[in-house]
Amino acid sequence: MSTTLAQKIIARAAGRTSVEVGEVVTARIDLAMIHDSGGPRRVAPLLAELGTGLHNPDQVVLIADHYVPGDSDEGRQILRFTRDWAQREEVVFHDSSGICHIVLPQQGHLRPGMLVVGGDSHSCTGGAMGTYMFGVGATDMAGALATGEIWLKVPGTIMLEWQGVLADGVGAKDMMLYTCGLIGMDGGEYQAIEYSGDTITRLPMQERMTLSNMAAELGAQAGLIAPDATTLEFLAHIESSNANHYSRTIELPDPATLATDTDAPLLRHHRLAASALAPQVAAPHSPANAMPVTDGDSTAINMAYIGACTGAKYHDMRAAARVIGKRRVASGVRMMLAPASLADQQRAADDGTLQTLQQAGAQLLPSACGICAGYGADRLDADAVCISSTARNFKGRMGDPESQVWLGSAMTVAASALTGRITDPREFLIAGAADA
Amino acid sequence: MTSRLFLLGDNIDTDQLAPGQYMKGGIEELARHCLEIARPGFAAEVSRGDILVAGRNFGAGSSREQAAEALLHLGVAGVVAQSFAGIFYRNAINLGLPVFTAVLPDDLVDGEPATLDIELAQLKRSTGTLTLDPLPDNILAILHDGGLIAHLKHRFAPTA
Repeated sequence: MSTTLAQKIIARAAGRTSVEVGEVVTARIDLAMIHDSGGPRRVAPLLAELGTGLHNPDQVVLIADHYVPGDSDEGRQILRFTRDWAQREEVVFHDSSGICHIVLPQQGHLRPGMLVVGGDSHSCTGGAMGTYMFGVGATDMAGALATGEIWLKVPGTIMLEWQGVLADGVGAKDMMLYTCGLIGMDGGEYQAIEYSGDTITRLPMQERMTLSNMAAELGAQAGLIAPDATTLEFLAHIESSNANHYSRTIELPDPATLATDTDAPLLRHHRLAASALAPQVAAPHSPANAMPVTDGDSTAINMAYIGACTGAKYHDMRAAARVIGKRRVASGVRMMLAPASLADQQRAADDGTLQTLQQAGAQLLPSACGICAGYGADRLDADAVCISSTARNFKGRMGDPESQVWLGSAMTVAASALTGRITDPREFLIAGAADA
Repeated sequence: MTSRLFLLGDNIDTDQLAPGQYMKGGIEELARHCLEIARPGFAAEVSRGDILVAGRNFGAGSSREQAAEALLHLGVAGVVAQSFAGIFYRNAINLGLPVFTAVLPDDLVDGEPATLDIELAQLKRSTGTLTLDPLPDNILAILHDGGLIAHLKHRFAPTA
């Protein structure tokens, strides 16, 4: 029987040889990721109410990122509770070392073929590793932590096949904003999205993570990419540089078998041309308000934010630094940088990327969810017009409901910071323009 | 007091239902700010038993289940929408908030009296009954128990 990648991973987790699209199955989880906001403070009381502990503490990875660095009494209390719980329950804990969706793969917790639940909507980022990872709320998580199982409806697959070579200055973020505009914030129908085609094959892992991450903005349950040579190279590098984890002990299928069969029935199949794609921006207040950057370029901005799991990984920072070169941020623009993980920040520091951005005038913020989540003290004022490398520009999410947030790639954010208006990054990448 | 309908548009997101700024506090404070962007004064206006009727993709965005919890805290009896975001839908069921999809007629009026019959999947209006998409038995069972935790308690209950 011809099946999709999603079906293959779910069938294994459900202890079945195959599963049908649309059937409800109970699957064993390989791992659960929780963070400081939706994690211990929400699940501990539920587990207590159930009168049970963790089904398997080895399967739990806790990451503190939403209330980091603790800029309020309540935030500090949440972090304290998180740290105490980690110690008490003896789970793997990554404290203040970056955003969960980036820390998790960087620390070697994800492998192709695993089925993983995450207590955050952007958990679908794990799909870039060929992991069926999806976001759930705290009650679902408490159930999964207590039983080691979760129910799900086997999804159909929406194939987003990208062919062709992306132009310089265009990347994964632009592909996703374009797709949000094309199929809408509910176009994923809570099914599995899979990214395929030669464009994807050429993308480095961190760009693939951006694709999978923003499957959330399409309303999909998962955003999968079949493991290939790039995936295996990434995993080999991680395994040589990180401590041993529970994930290594799990018996998983040969990654070569983890692919959608060519004749597997698909729910939908979109064929998209990468070479024709221009950098995209999304106007307030929806990622689906996407348009080519050239259509938004008269808009003046006073804030430029490179942040979030979506848009502040090493690859994003390096791309932004390429645009910036030796230039400085325009007067009247406040530029901020919150690297997605400390590992990425270190890598950016090691090769001069971080210095380029800081010398341009970027203010370095803690490596955490920051302004994107809107949970902390740093928030946008009513008069803010911000271009942001984050995933969501919902009204009021990043601050005052009157603030205006445009979404773009880290490159577009950088180019816009230089001019004080929404700007096509290609203007700074053409031959001779780069004075770096 | 008669329960009423509150009409909302498409893509009501979780940041509107549970604004990030108030996520660090308790549900009481968070609920006071529920939907204040989409519908100023909502928390003060809504009464126990009232029903939300919305367009497409209700609950888009975050996995924070306080989005559903805030509605429950305010006494909302259920949400009827053209469609729901997947994570919100699961959260709502898990917390015991009835959520129904339906094809919505265009004569619904904001504030009109109506009641929700969960078992029959019906929205009873003064002008007639709107049939909602029925919930499968396993979901009805969770709602009946008052949410997933209460439902799971049976599973972990010590055998007599």
